[in-house]
Amino acid sequence: MATDNRPLSPHLQVYRPQFTSVLSILHRITGIGLAVGTLLLVWWLIAAAAGPTEFDAVQNFIGSIVGRILLLAWSFALYYHLCNGIRHLVWDAGKGFELSTAFASGWLVVVAAVVLTVISWVAGYASLGGL
Amino acid sequence: MNMRSPLSRARGLGSAKSGTDHWWMQRLTALALIPLVIWFVVSMIIVTGADHAAAVEFISSPINSVLLILLIVATFIHGQLGLTVVIEDYIHTRWLEVGLIIAVKGAAIFLGVASVYAVIAIALN
Repeated sequence: MATDNRPLSPHLQVYRPQFTSVLSILHRITGIGLAVGTLLLVWWLIAAAAGPTEFDAVQNFIGSIVGRILLLAWSFALYYHLCNGIRHLVWDAGKGFELSTAFASGWLVVVAAVVLTVISWVAGYASLGGL
Repeated sequence: MNMRSPLSRARGLGSAKSGTDHWWMQRLTALALIPLVIWFVVSMIIVTGADHAAAVEFISSPINSVLLILLIVATFIHGQLGLTVVIEDYIHTRWLEVGLIIAVKGAAIFLGVASVYAVIAIALN
């Protein structure tokens, strides 16, 4: 097709990343990560339906170092995508497009995602009886 | 001068032939997922480290079963819509683009139905 050789927009070799554009691409990356992370929920539910042996295998995986790192990444991605998704919904309503507002809401999203991730992990370890 | 026929304008489907359906469903499921995800995360923190019996007890409670199924349905609709856009934006080989979109939609339906079935099987057991 004739459209195959069109340049990518933004042209990545000459495009200088900005705070807002980095947040924008991060929304996509976290979205893709969450789609993959959903496999864990699927596995967890099917294993729970299958029986104690299968369920223990999932719990052991989640509890392992690799499992915890994946879960940490997944929980941050979830909070980031959730908070930035709300930011997008506000834009869809036609509000918050001022440059200063877009920067402020961007920082709010980043801080909120980090804080919510930390709170969740503290609460999770407390729930496990580890604190 | 408007070159579109009155019928085309009344249908309002535009050049993508599907109007605002994709955009609108993405937003509707996003809105639904805000409370569902908050509920899900809080629930997962509470049942973290649960053994099989505790997990089954959590899943089989009627309100949890219903919310889990809603979460699964909204998540898979939202996720496959999002992945479709990503594929359309970055894959410029037509057969691969269409193939990946079909694979994503197929996987979303398969995994979504399997997850809903698992919840129902646990709830009715």
